This record gives sequence, structure tokens and C-alpha cells, in this order.
Amino acid sequence: MISFNQVRKRYPGGYEALSNVSFEIAQGEMAFLTGHSGAGKSTLLKLVAAIERPNSGSVLVNNQNVGILKAGALPFLRRNLGIIFQDHKLLFDRSVFDNVLLPLQICGFDHRESAKRVRAALDKVGLLKRERTNPIALSGGEQQRLCIARAIVNRPAILLADEPTGNLDADYAQDIMAIFKSFHQVGVTLLISTHDAGVLQDARVRVFNLRNGVLQTATSP
Amino acid sequence: MKHILAQHLNVLRTATRRIFNPPLAGLLNIMVIGIALSLPAGMYVLLQNAQGLVQQLSGTPQISVFLSMDAKADDIEKLRKQLAQHPAVEHVEFVPRDQALQQLKQSTGLADVIGGLEKNPLPDAFVIHPKSGNAQTLDKLRTEIGTFPKVEQAQLDSAWAYKLEALLKFATLAVLILASLLSLALIAITFNTIRLQILTQRDEIEVSKLIGASNGFIRRPFLYFGAMQGLLGGIAAYLIITASLALLNRPLNTLSQLYASQFTLHSLNFGDSLSLLLFSLYLGWLGAWLSVARHLAQVEPR
Repeated sequence: MISFNQVRKRYPGGYEALSNVSFEIAQGEMAFLTGHSGAGKSTLLKLVAAIERPNSGSVLVNNQNVGILKAGALPFLRRNLGIIFQDHKLLFDRSVFDNVLLPLQICGFDHRESAKRVRAALDKVGLLKRERTNPIALSGGEQQRLCIARAIVNRPAILLADEPTGNLDADYAQDIMAIFKSFHQVGVTLLISTHDAGVLQDARVRVFNLRNGVLQTATSP
Repeated sequence: MKHILAQHLNVLRTATRRIFNPPLAGLLNIMVIGIALSLPAGMYVLLQNAQGLVQQLSGTPQISVFLSMDAKADDIEKLRKQLAQHPAVEHVEFVPRDQALQQLKQSTGLADVIGGLEKNPLPDAFVIHPKSGNAQTLDKLRTEIGTFPKVEQAQLDSAWAYKLEALLKFATLAVLILASLLSLALIAITFNTIRLQILTQRDEIEVSKLIGASNGFIRRPFLYFGAMQGLLGGIAAYLIITASLALLNRPLNTLSQLYASQFTLHSLNFGDSLSLLLFSLYLGWLGAWLSVARHLAQVEPR
């Protein structure tokens, strides 16, 4: 499903964020990406979504080399991905409902079908009663869950999450991990970056460890 | 199909809402566009009115051919045939000098003065109705007839009207230049407004790109914004013109009554109004398109 082959990413200025990274994640697998901050976790996820391009090596998503994808094809790659951003990237000029509606508007769903899906997604993350609220009024944990709802609303095959439990206390983090597990159970491929070792203790999944842009051995469950 | 239409309507609604947010800025923009458009369009209306007036006054052009005083009856007959056979002449009318004097007496009220004349000072004359109303053809015909034997003078009756028409043509060109310049201004206004819009919507554009929006999807609300703003500006221009003409018409009526005539300014007709609205809509769209093409690439998600 996701396959990195000798991927190197160097930012302008010479900083090498990833060097020689190779790994593979099968369809329906749930994997974690750990490492200290600045180890290259975000860069790796950005390469999957083609927000950044590798300097060498290939990034395959669904057997498609996304590193050399034309700009016109990017939207169609990203519609198959659900991305949960480290900084949430919520829009504060509209309601919770409308934030989750955006991916469906982009894909061109009709209004009634969209409304159904939005409510289903909000229900899943426990925000159904807050649909008319402006996201600015939500707590950190709720904003994070809203971001998840937006990522899953068009039912992507792959879910990428960048530090989804970053600033949350343990209870919230547990909630969110439980949500991710439920997606895993229905066959979604997940790649989740975290520096929070606490959430990994009971997770029986593969863990990739990045150190200064180099992939350490992956630990299997 | 139906829900695609619904989506476009939705985008249009959002775009319109953004024009009036904040309300004053939107209204000012529309007013500026309206004034910029109403100047050339208003001048166009005035020119149309002037052209109508000229046509009404000049009617069909005639050439008066005055004969020399020593022209005999057979000279006149020869000339009449020559004129009637000329390919550019529709028909010829002979006005004998006595009849001309009678007409002058009746129409001017100068009977006493004319009665005091020892002999009729007027020459025999032909009135020629040419086939074509084209100014150049008429002038050529007039010169040609002037060289015929026993012709003292050939005079184009509506020469002044043609001079005025030439002047109006000049004015039309001036209006066109003004219209082009102000159209550029309208494009520039929209360009700048859209640039600001893109800056305010930066987050939305970035997020949309990240979750798979095509460029077309991102562009659409801005294009609708520009087109809608242009259209509203066009409507403002239409209202400005209509209101101004209504204001001008009242004193104009008084004025034309003093000259014992009836003259009112006509506003834009249906076709012209439609053209004005479509043109302003198109200019707004074009300004938005240029702006989006220029600025959207700068908002790349990181």
C-alpha cells in the first residue's frame, strides 16, 4: 500500500531530513512512526501525500510513484488519503459541520448524501452535538477529533496522522487511539507518527523508529 | 446534474456573501466600478441621442442645383435629361424661378421686401434626390454636377449634418478610447480585490489543496466573485445612467419647448443594457482570472 525505496529528502539549505529510508506497509496495516522531534516524521508523512517530493528514491502509494506525480494528478491522490495534521488546519470561518463537509464538497457529493456522511463522521468522534459550534470554541482534544472526522469523512483507504496525540493528556490520547483502532478493524491502512511512547504500550502493531532521518529497525509486535 | 447546479449556486452564494463582507468595502468597490463604467456608457448614450437628432434633422439629403440666369428653356430641358439619366440620381425635381419666389414669399413672411424687388433675383433650380446617402458619394456627385453646362452652383443641403456626423464619429472614437482605459481600470480593481481575497482565504485554499481540491475547485469561488462584482458594478452603472438622464430630461424639456420642439434623451435600449451588463461581468471575470492565475500558485501547502 505504502512503499518507500531508498528515499532521501534534503531541504533547501542542505538539511537532510531523511536518508535512505526504505520500508513497506501492507494494505490494512496499522503502523507507528516514532522518533524525537526533528527526526523526520512529518517529512515522511508529507512525502506520502506528495506535499514534499523526494530528492531520490521512490515513494509508492497504491503502486503509484507519487514523487513524480504531475500537479494535476495530486488532487486524486489526496482524495484517497485522510490526513490528520499536526497543526489541525481547521477553518475558523465556518462551523464544525462545514469543516467536515469540505472534503465532500471537493469531491462533489450531493447535499443530502454529504450531510449524512458528515453526521456519521462527527458521531464517530463524538462531536455530533457540537456541529453548529465554531471550532475555535472547541478544546484541544475536540479540535483533534474534528480533524479526524474531516480526514475520514470521504472514507479514505489510507489514514495519515501526524502527532495526533501531541498536546493531549493521557485520557484524550487513549480516546483517539481507540478511534484509530476502530478504523484499523474495518480495514483502513494507518500510518501514525508520535513521540508519545505511552500510547504504544498496548498497541500490537509495527513501530518504525526514525533517528536523525535514518530509519532504525522496525519492531514487530 | 441537478446537484452540480446546486453546487455552483452554492459557490455563487458564498462569493456574493464575500463581496459584501465587510459591507462598506464591497459597496465602495461596486460604486467605483459603476462610476468607471457609467462614464463611457453615459457618453455613448448622449452620442446615440445626438446621432438620432442629426438623422432626424437632416432627413434624406438633397442637392440643390442653381442654374445660371441666362439658361434658356432648351438648356434646362437638356440638363434635366442629363441629370435624370445620371446613375447616382434617384429623381429630379425642377423648381422654376417664379415658383421659388412664391415659396420664399409664403414661408418667410418677407412678402413686402420681395414685392419691392424690381425683378426676380432667384435662378431656376433643380432639386436632386440622390440614391445614396453616403457623404463621399454625395460630395462627388455635387462636384460633378457643378461642372455641367449652365450650372451656376450645386449645393449639398445637408452638408452641415455631415460635418456634425464627422464630429460625432470623432467623439465616438474618444468614447471608445475612454471605455478601453476604464475597462482596464475595472480589470485592475478586480485583480486587486481578488488578490486580497486570496490572502484572506489563504488557510482555506491551503487546506483545500491538502485534502484534494483541484485547481478548478479552488479557482471557482474567486472567478464567481469577480464576475458577480463586475455584474453588480454594471447594474450600478446602469442605474447611474438612468438616474442622470431622468434628471437631465426635465430641464431639457423646458429648453426644447422654448425652441418649439420636442426632444427627450433616451436611455440605454434593451440590447445596449444587456451588453453593458455582460461586458462588465466579463471584465470582472477576466480580472479575477488573471489574479487567480497569478496568485494562487503562491499559496502552496507546506
